[in-house]
Amino acid sequence: MLLEVADLTVDVATPRGLQRVVEGTSFSLGEGESLGVVGESGSGKTMTALALMALAPAGARLSGSIRFEGRELVGAPEEDMLRLRGDRIAMIFQEPMTALNPLHSVGAQVAEPLMLHRGVDKREARRRAVDLLERVRLAEPERAARSYPFELSGGERQRAMIAMAIGCGPRLIIADEPTTALDVTVQAAILALIDGLRSESKMAVLLVSHDLAVIAGHCDRVIVMYAGMIMESGPVETVLREPRNPYTLALLEARPRPGAPRGARLKTIPGAPPAHDQHRTGCAFAGRCALTIPVCRTTAPPVAQFGANHVSRCHRAGEVGFAS
Amino acid sequence: MRRDRSEAESLGRVTFAPFRAPFRLRGGLSLWLGAALVAMLILAAALSLVWTPYPPTAIDIPHKLAPPSAAHWFGTDNLGRDVASQILAGSRISILVGVIAVGIGLAFGVVLGLVAAFSKGLVEDGIMKLSDFVFAFPALLLAIMLTSTFGPGVVNAIVAIGVYNVPIIAKLTRATANGVLSREYALAARAAGRGPIAIAVDHVLPNIAPALIVQATIQFAIAILAEAALSYLGLGAQPPQVSWGKMLADAQNVLYNAPGLALYPGIAIALSVLGLNLLGDGLRDALDPKLKARS
Amino acid sequence: MLLYVGQRIALFVATLLIASVVVFAVMQILPGNAAETMLGSTATPEAVAALSHKLGLDLPAYVRYARWIGGALHGDLGVSYAYGSPIGPLIASSLAVSAPLALMAMTLAAAIGLAAGVYAADRRGRAGDAIVMGASQIGIAVPNFWLAILLVLVFAVTMRLVPAGGFPGWQNPARAFGALILPAIALGVVQAAIVTRVARSALIEALNEDFMRTARAKGVSRRAALWRHALPNALTPILTIMGLQFANLIAGAIVVENVFVLPGLGRLMLQSISNRDTLVVENGVMLLALIVIGLNFVVDIACAAIDPRLRASAA
Repeated sequence: MLLEVADLTVDVATPRGLQRVVEGTSFSLGEGESLGVVGESGSGKTMTALALMALAPAGARLSGSIRFEGRELVGAPEEDMLRLRGDRIAMIFQEPMTALNPLHSVGAQVAEPLMLHRGVDKREARRRAVDLLERVRLAEPERAARSYPFELSGGERQRAMIAMAIGCGPRLIIADEPTTALDVTVQAAILALIDGLRSESKMAVLLVSHDLAVIAGHCDRVIVMYAGMIMESGPVETVLREPRNPYTLALLEARPRPGAPRGARLKTIPGAPPAHDQHRTGCAFAGRCALTIPVCRTTAPPVAQFGANHVSRCHRAGEVGFAS
Repeated sequence: MRRDRSEAESLGRVTFAPFRAPFRLRGGLSLWLGAALVAMLILAAALSLVWTPYPPTAIDIPHKLAPPSAAHWFGTDNLGRDVASQILAGSRISILVGVIAVGIGLAFGVVLGLVAAFSKGLVEDGIMKLSDFVFAFPALLLAIMLTSTFGPGVVNAIVAIGVYNVPIIAKLTRATANGVLSREYALAARAAGRGPIAIAVDHVLPNIAPALIVQATIQFAIAILAEAALSYLGLGAQPPQVSWGKMLADAQNVLYNAPGLALYPGIAIALSVLGLNLLGDGLRDALDPKLKARS
Repeated sequence: MLLYVGQRIALFVATLLIASVVVFAVMQILPGNAAETMLGSTATPEAVAALSHKLGLDLPAYVRYARWIGGALHGDLGVSYAYGSPIGPLIASSLAVSAPLALMAMTLAAAIGLAAGVYAADRRGRAGDAIVMGASQIGIAVPNFWLAILLVLVFAVTMRLVPAGGFPGWQNPARAFGALILPAIALGVVQAAIVTRVARSALIEALNEDFMRTARAKGVSRRAALWRHALPNALTPILTIMGLQFANLIAGAIVVENVFVLPGLGRLMLQSISNRDTLVVENGVMLLALIVIGLNFVVDIACAAIDPRLRASAA
């Protein structure tokens, strides 16, 4: 396995003391595989992604284990992480306008990891940056390298960001909402680009998104997170076709579907995600769940297994109806 | 299209959560420390109206340059005047200059700023360009020119410092008023046919008051510094008025004989200015958290 | 970039022109006729009128304005009423003191302010930050002329390291430089406190930007990210404030030159104002305006060199 995360827990410091934002998360990812992480805002999906790179906010505490290429990353010295970041593990962020430095040319920003990790000089790095920009199919890569982020469109900026991420040939790419800020057509093109690069170079992709449709089309497996915990995980077709967790079901029902009758209202999940609370007893979703029974409020749900690799954390996992 | 706010963004806020607590504490600390120092300044001025250890300007040559003692807490100056009494009395000029100069700034600045915000177009541009211009002109130079042509004295110093305050208040008023005017309730009031003066009084002024109060506090501090500098140059307070700046000028003449004399007025100025600036910062945090980011 | 620079130059010249008109106009409004001042209160009205005519004071305002600007462009600033000598050399000799002083003070302020601001922003919320911010509050509260007096007290009166004031002239560069050190500190410290606060808040803003996380995800170290990515983004607001503050630094120099009895532009101005030496004042104020406007022009260009978005805004 390329990446094995076991029982990862992240606590961040807040004015009210430590707050648990990721709890007991375990998953693994093989070469060339694509794993989707889905959940609402505040579900802990971005924090999980940042923890993998040891970029969790200052004062955050990690426990559990993250093994990448056989090496333990939790508690690894910063020098080791510096060598890993941008080289073996790369990250693509949501908003390519603010995620790129406005004062540096696109070429310089794409060249930076090459200079850091490959020790190439500035001119060589710039030359390779142009090649990379061509690889992510930016029209006129020479011109794009010379331009500044504000001179490019959103889609072009995201392509530049991907070029930056793949420069050193990483084994794992973490994409945090890579297409959320983009138009739908551009979205599809960017996701197709990531897919193509994945199959070309056998790198693994961890795709963080709030959008089930994105995950459905571009991932092999999916984990559904809520309140810092994995509610359900499994192969993407199985989980989406036969969800075994009321939360997954609620997410599925909350998205628009083609063919739905005109004027039909989208289902919403009542309430809002709870504040993270490590003293909570019972299921985190109990307050908003349609299937809540008394035991949900008192006892943490067990993990129920459904076939190969499909698990759900729910007292009533067996009763969850299939999505229509 | 409003993009979905991802966790990454909320994370940005969480990042600094550990630091928020001490910062809030510090904001509170500046507020109270500032308020205490300003209260001291006001009390000193009030006290000096009814009582000072000695008449502040009473000359007593036989006891000149006396070191601090029970009889003269801070000693006496080159003419034998009691320094402690002068420090107490000197607070009056500082407050007087501050209050009137800031008052001039507020009176003209708010009106100009509101006119600019309501009128838009050429008038707005004109007022703002003029403000920029006056603002770029060294304030003290303006004060020196005014006081030396119209004669030195507190009144001219006040006018000069007040003139400098006008563009600062005008710019702030216009910027904050424009913010208020673009809000729904102000638009609704306009749509309902209410006149600009009614809107200004009912909606704009109450909303821009916190920002104005903060700025006025800081301009007050600048006014005290400017008065001290002018009086030091001999262009501000004239005898028999007592001013901290003038005390420093006198002290400099006897620096070799009585170095201590140069300390007390300076400390009095610095503590007053520090108090006002801290109070301004504290008020900014307390009145409007949105203003906090910029300091 | 060229387009941007061109626009800025045009704006620079236009601002100078407006400034010259305003300065000229203000000097007309101010009471006190130079001829009266020169001849003293005992002069007869006829003598005053004759001298006014000789000085060209009875000409229409626009003629005098044109003569002034025309002369200035040829390096002829006229003759001081009070000193009876040409104004050009008079101002030049005072600049030989004031320009190095302002430069030293500004360098000091930039160095201290940037270092302290970066330090505080890097440790925001911790003890080091609180100490720097507290010190900067005190730095802003201390009047620069009082600091100047204290410096004289410590280094000249008590330790006798430097003279308490005066200027030996540039014939002896080491001593001339030494005479400017204390004034530069007195002027620079207050400015440093202001620069510190601006640098800190601008840098904290930049550190919170998304691109900082991108840089870290590329494998850039915390320190390198601070210097290479955050600082350039914080530099534009810092430079802008420093440009605006320069006017205040010059005003402060007038007072501080007085403390140290330096024959600089500030003292020349102060004396000329009390002498009603209108022409010197007029040219001195215009020179200050030129310096302030010029420096802000340089700041504009520097900001554009840093930020490509500013260069593009010229269209």
